[in-house]
Amino acid sequence: MMNIFAIELRPLYAILVPFIAAGLVYVLGEHINRNAREAITIVAAILMIIIVYSMLPHVLAGEEIKIRLFSIVRGISFSIGVDPAGMLFACVASTLWLPTSIYSIGYMRGNNEKNQTGYYAAFAVCLTATMGICFATNLVTFFMFFEILTVATYPLVTHHRDDEGKKSGRKYLAYTLISGQIFFAGMVVVYVVSGSLDFVPGGYITEKMLPEPWALLVFFMLVGAGIVKAGVMPLHSWLPAAMVAPTPVSALLHAVAVVKAGAFCTLRVVLYIFGPTLAKSCHGANILAGMAVATILISSLIAMNKDNLKERLAFSTIGQLSYIILGICILTPLSTAGALYHIVAHAFMKITLFMVAGAIYVTTHKKNISEMLGIGKRMPVTMGAFACTSFALAGFPVFAGFVSKANIIMGAISQGKIFFAATLVASALLAIVYLMPVVSISFRKNNIHPEFAEKGEAAPAMLIPLIFTALIAIILGIAPNAGLHLFDLALMAGNSIFQPLM
Amino acid sequence: MQHFPALVVILPLCGAALSLALTKIHIHLGRNVIFLSLAASFCMSIMQLRNVVLNGPMEYRFGGYALPYSIEFRIDAVGGVVVSMVALMGLITAFYCISGEVRTDKIKVGGAYSVVALFVAGMLGTASSADAFNMYVFLEITALAAYCLIALGGNRGMIAAFRYLLVGTIAATFYLMGVGILYAVTGTLNLQDMSVIIHQGGKDEAVLVALCLLIAGLGVKSALFPFHGWQPSAHTHEERGSAALIAGVMVKIPVFMLFRYIYFVFGMDYKYMKQVLIILGVFVGIGMMYGSIRAMGQTNMKKLLAYSSITQTSYFMLGIVIGAPVALAGSLLHFIGDAFIKGGLFYCAGAIKYKFGTININNFGMIYKKMPVTATLIVSGALSMIGIPPTVGFFSKWYIAIGAIQTGKYIFLVLLIISSLLNAVYFFKLIEKVFMENDKEMEDIRPVKKGELPWSMLIPMTICIAVIFLLGFFNVPLINIVLPLFEGVGL
Repeated sequence: MMNIFAIELRPLYAILVPFIAAGLVYVLGEHINRNAREAITIVAAILMIIIVYSMLPHVLAGEEIKIRLFSIVRGISFSIGVDPAGMLFACVASTLWLPTSIYSIGYMRGNNEKNQTGYYAAFAVCLTATMGICFATNLVTFFMFFEILTVATYPLVTHHRDDEGKKSGRKYLAYTLISGQIFFAGMVVVYVVSGSLDFVPGGYITEKMLPEPWALLVFFMLVGAGIVKAGVMPLHSWLPAAMVAPTPVSALLHAVAVVKAGAFCTLRVVLYIFGPTLAKSCHGANILAGMAVATILISSLIAMNKDNLKERLAFSTIGQLSYIILGICILTPLSTAGALYHIVAHAFMKITLFMVAGAIYVTTHKKNISEMLGIGKRMPVTMGAFACTSFALAGFPVFAGFVSKANIIMGAISQGKIFFAATLVASALLAIVYLMPVVSISFRKNNIHPEFAEKGEAAPAMLIPLIFTALIAIILGIAPNAGLHLFDLALMAGNSIFQPLM
Repeated sequence: MQHFPALVVILPLCGAALSLALTKIHIHLGRNVIFLSLAASFCMSIMQLRNVVLNGPMEYRFGGYALPYSIEFRIDAVGGVVVSMVALMGLITAFYCISGEVRTDKIKVGGAYSVVALFVAGMLGTASSADAFNMYVFLEITALAAYCLIALGGNRGMIAAFRYLLVGTIAATFYLMGVGILYAVTGTLNLQDMSVIIHQGGKDEAVLVALCLLIAGLGVKSALFPFHGWQPSAHTHEERGSAALIAGVMVKIPVFMLFRYIYFVFGMDYKYMKQVLIILGVFVGIGMMYGSIRAMGQTNMKKLLAYSSITQTSYFMLGIVIGAPVALAGSLLHFIGDAFIKGGLFYCAGAIKYKFGTININNFGMIYKKMPVTATLIVSGALSMIGIPPTVGFFSKWYIAIGAIQTGKYIFLVLLIISSLLNAVYFFKLIEKVFMENDKEMEDIRPVKKGELPWSMLIPMTICIAVIFLLGFFNVPLINIVLPLFEGVGL
């Protein structure tokens, strides 16, 4: 009899906890007090954090945690396990679920949103899927959770159930389902030619299995699903459309879980299935890096023109995610570690920015930047957090964004790819250009919108989470290894992938 | 145990015969006897499947005459799985029919149940038979019962039934002519015997004509594109209770027969098999697209599902056309899974009709609040049709896709993907209507005291939801059971 607290089973618990919470919320939601309903979410979030963190020492010690549960299709088992890269993503997602849940309570109540039961249930299912994506150890298991995430996000995108929501929902489904089905076809091809779908650090497909033109085709069939979710141009347009969802959804899903699941999918495919050697020799990595560079520059330029704060942040997200894709495609240990660390850094920064946007909307019903003249006077703490994370996002030293970008740039330079390094520097400047106006408008002294003369912060349920995430963004910049040793995890993952090649 | 193959079929047949008479004694006595016979039949089919898996195929010769003179039932692993599926669907559908009873008229109650039992017995018999003519007899029993059940659906049902009657009779004649030619060529009706003689060669052209007649006849019966003309109207207007059985199971049985003929009687080494499969492949390819595209424009939920059935029938045929053992196994998984998916979705349509008197999908606003179980079944069924894991639809596609690549028939992989996406279009349309449309404030024509539906409807629907997910998670045992058999016959 296996000990029920056995380390092998803990990733399974991490997946099940939000799933059970979703079930409870959905079944009981309408019949119990809303406090009880929200308590279920909070308790599940805390439990999940405990479970995920409890695995951390084992991962840092380099233990291999893997369990095969049962055969999911002939020849492949439903297997879950923990490796440094998955652990890193799981830490981010689980850590952020708690503040987002608290923030959700403030936002949804403050905004008098309808259908909150379905909202919390779908949210928890998304977290289940995200945990599954982190801990899946083969492509079939991964794809299962990837598709669950696709479907579970749909009700959140269409939350308002109006025409705009429906339209965005259709757009979202069109992008993700098509790319998902193509991914499915690619996965079957990989299985037939190689007989295995297990993730192996450094990849396992050889040129013998997939000769020249086919390797590139299958590479893009698989990576396609990832880059659609990660919003790489020209496949990005669902992401700004999906911003019609309530802000907590934009914050956790469209800045952390869903889009990073896309980046993570790219990571798994490029470095754990294809491997750096084949990814390079079939030119897939180069083409993808080119797309990422284009995305970084173009999205920053578009972001400048957006007056709606959430849309501006959405385009900023698109650009920032391409940093991760670019980091992966440079194919060096350092840049991979930087890319992974950017998953962490960007998560904490962008979630803060989105939370601020939501807090402004609930408190003052302002969506557009041009209407926020002098809002810093009314909400100094909120806007202070916004200003800090804006600097962080632009990659100023001492902030979290600097660490990841510096690593990606170092990786690029070590490969002699000065162009990529230059892009990253340029985009940092562009980030300043599109985020600083917001800060300067809101802290303007001479021309204050009359509504903002009185001081009045957002409700504590929204304020506390966003201060918390902003603080972490700063702490991670000063000490990248503070607390959870996330930077070590990123380095471990990077080294494990490139070790076999050295 | 050795009599089980016969008992599985005979029990519902006896139930059907007795039902009307017993109804005279008490209005529910006949019905309960039928439930009992179907339940017993299901239990036996499961035990029989277990026996087949452990000890190999079961053969039952009526009257104990030697082959090829006796009528034979032969249950191999594939047949055992199909028989169990039919028995389970028959049982839960009979249960579901309770809500549709006309309680005032004893004859109507007893008669309707005996037709349902006859219907199930016919399908069980067809799936168990190993004799070409015996198959025909059971196929016609099924078809006659189906004409009745469709005609019970009211005036338009009668027209649909008449149409199906005409087409179905012609199809049956085709089948019979095919069997006649085979009998003339081989001198036997027993399928195994026939297979041996056909493999000896000679008269390949006559056999080809027979095969074409079989394909045409069984194609019409299973509504395979381009023989599907009768199907949408029949599925739309048939009697509410048994719709799941007609749409979910009946149209599959002829495909199963065709599969047996192609792989177990004619075999892959038959001279013209390649050409036949190419032509079937064209039908399948067009059918997969056609069904989905027509389904997109429908507002009647049953009609939408009927067109979707054409696509699903093509999926089973896809496995047959690809021919790799894995693809055949995937096809069978889809065959079993789709009975519960399509059956379940027809349960949903029936439930909404029962409660609100309409199945126009534009009126489905807020159904998810009014009928949560129904909405759950619609969503799980729809996701399974599209092929989202962990529902069964994903796994059947997985095996079919592997088969397509192994045999180098990449075109079918492409078609499979496109067709899944087309499915997504109209099933997400349905989901959108159920969850996001404005409330049409339809009047509840049957205010049930408590809960959304009577238990007799909820239980079959819950079973369907469970099967959709369980068959998905635990598909490997099923595949392991049937794969050895396919490995002997596939490409």
